[in-house]
Amino acid sequence: MRYSGLKVITEGLFGNKGWKPVWRDPAPKAEYDAIIIGGGGHGLSTAYYLAKNHGLTNIAVLEKGYIGSGNIGRNTTIVRANYFLPGNSEFYSHSLKLWEGLEAELNYNVMHSQRGLINLFHSDGQRDAFVRRGNSMINQGDDAILLDRDGVREHLPYLDFEQTRFPIYGGLLHPRGGTARHDAVAWGYARGADRRGVDLIQNCEVTGIDIEGGRVVGVQTTRGAIKARKVGMVVAGRSGQVAAMAGMRLPIESHILQAFVTEGLKPVIDHVVSFGMGHFYISQSDKGGLVFGGDIDFYASYASRGNLPMVEHVMEAGMTLMPMIGRAKVLRSWGGIMDMTPDGSPIIDKTPVEGLFVDAGWNYGGFKAVPASGWCMAHLMATGETHEVARRFRLDRFKTGHLLDEEGTGSQHNLH
Amino acid sequence: MRITCPLCGPRDRREFYYYGSEDYLTRPEGEDWDAIDAHLHLRDNPAGRTRDLWYHEMGCASWVLITRDTVSHQISDVVLVGDAAAGISAKMKSKAKAPAKGGAQ
Repeated sequence: MRYSGLKVITEGLFGNKGWKPVWRDPAPKAEYDAIIIGGGGHGLSTAYYLAKNHGLTNIAVLEKGYIGSGNIGRNTTIVRANYFLPGNSEFYSHSLKLWEGLEAELNYNVMHSQRGLINLFHSDGQRDAFVRRGNSMINQGDDAILLDRDGVREHLPYLDFEQTRFPIYGGLLHPRGGTARHDAVAWGYARGADRRGVDLIQNCEVTGIDIEGGRVVGVQTTRGAIKARKVGMVVAGRSGQVAAMAGMRLPIESHILQAFVTEGLKPVIDHVVSFGMGHFYISQSDKGGLVFGGDIDFYASYASRGNLPMVEHVMEAGMTLMPMIGRAKVLRSWGGIMDMTPDGSPIIDKTPVEGLFVDAGWNYGGFKAVPASGWCMAHLMATGETHEVARRFRLDRFKTGHLLDEEGTGSQHNLH
Repeated sequence: MRITCPLCGPRDRREFYYYGSEDYLTRPEGEDWDAIDAHLHLRDNPAGRTRDLWYHEMGCASWVLITRDTVSHQISDVVLVGDAAAGISAKMKSKAKAPAKGGAQ
């Protein structure tokens, strides 16, 4: 079923009785050409682009829960391409271009809103760093505008400009940055993949990876054994457990990242804003809730919930930056399991096991990468070659020293 | 989350700096790059029982080895790294010394 404005009106007139389930619920076949482990954003987009760009349609996505039940439904929905390092810069630039055509591509409203992202700076040193970053973004072909204090005031009059502790010197505006509806991205890719013949198999947990003579031959699941000569592990925070089934250890430690949302309010924050003196960022959802968050909790965790010190820190940072939000009531908070790599950048690569691929290590920045991650992972699985824009996301870069340390904080899992 | 420092007693988690897995304790000798890579980067990353290194930065400046659960956040054992190397657990220590309540703050 193709969605259109006319379809919405017609269905509205006739009691919305014509809507059908958007994807099938197939039983797993005994064998596929390729299997994607993980039905989150990255897994679904990988399946979609395998089918669309490479004509591989005899493939399955195995999801242990339901589609969209992981980090794709738990993130703070920010889409941006403001990276600095070669390796990251071209990848996220490619991803943003895919985002810009995503709704037409998928015939699905993912509510992509390029409302502009402003990273604030609070010292001369930070300004220099942002000038440099902005130049890097422009060189990549993306957009960046340096705002001085008055320029920021025009966009964000509600910030506390008078405070002396963290004076606002200015901000780097990334006009094409913004947000998208996170669930819709999963649903759009799921629908698109299903329509191209991909089997989306839910409630199907992988319990083992079958390897014969150094080559992957299939997987064991809670719904039986499934054969495949190509298997992609796209499981974010659970990468350690899945890789262990193939006898591998990954350069990944899973950490908790909390996020918060307030009750619905009238439009008040038009952009995505980040505070440069405490890890705090905020945007307002189309439903009206203020969506915000900060740093990871800084210790390995799979709890899907955080602890109070980081709650306090995030609230303090928010109140320091924009005291008006103290009037809003926090509706709920939650945590997501982040697959942290030592340098804060992801991995899209082959593994030592032939036919087994890994797409992981998205840290807390995986949402904006969903289109390009799937694009590049599909390219890798179909052709056996690394895609040009993901060529530095190598699994062995920690050993060889070719780190992609965007923040420049060092090679340790909890520093990014 | 509160952590019972072997020297200072129960303290707020914020006094401690998390470093990472106990893998950091087994430092490889020589120039075996695979071993160094494993030591610095590769992790079991368990969902469940784990042992990791923390530093009591805003307390006694001890390095402690914590046994805890990454799913429930429950902490079952905290020992000084030096004691851990000698095979001494917190339970053994409390039996041997039985320190007075509220002592060693």
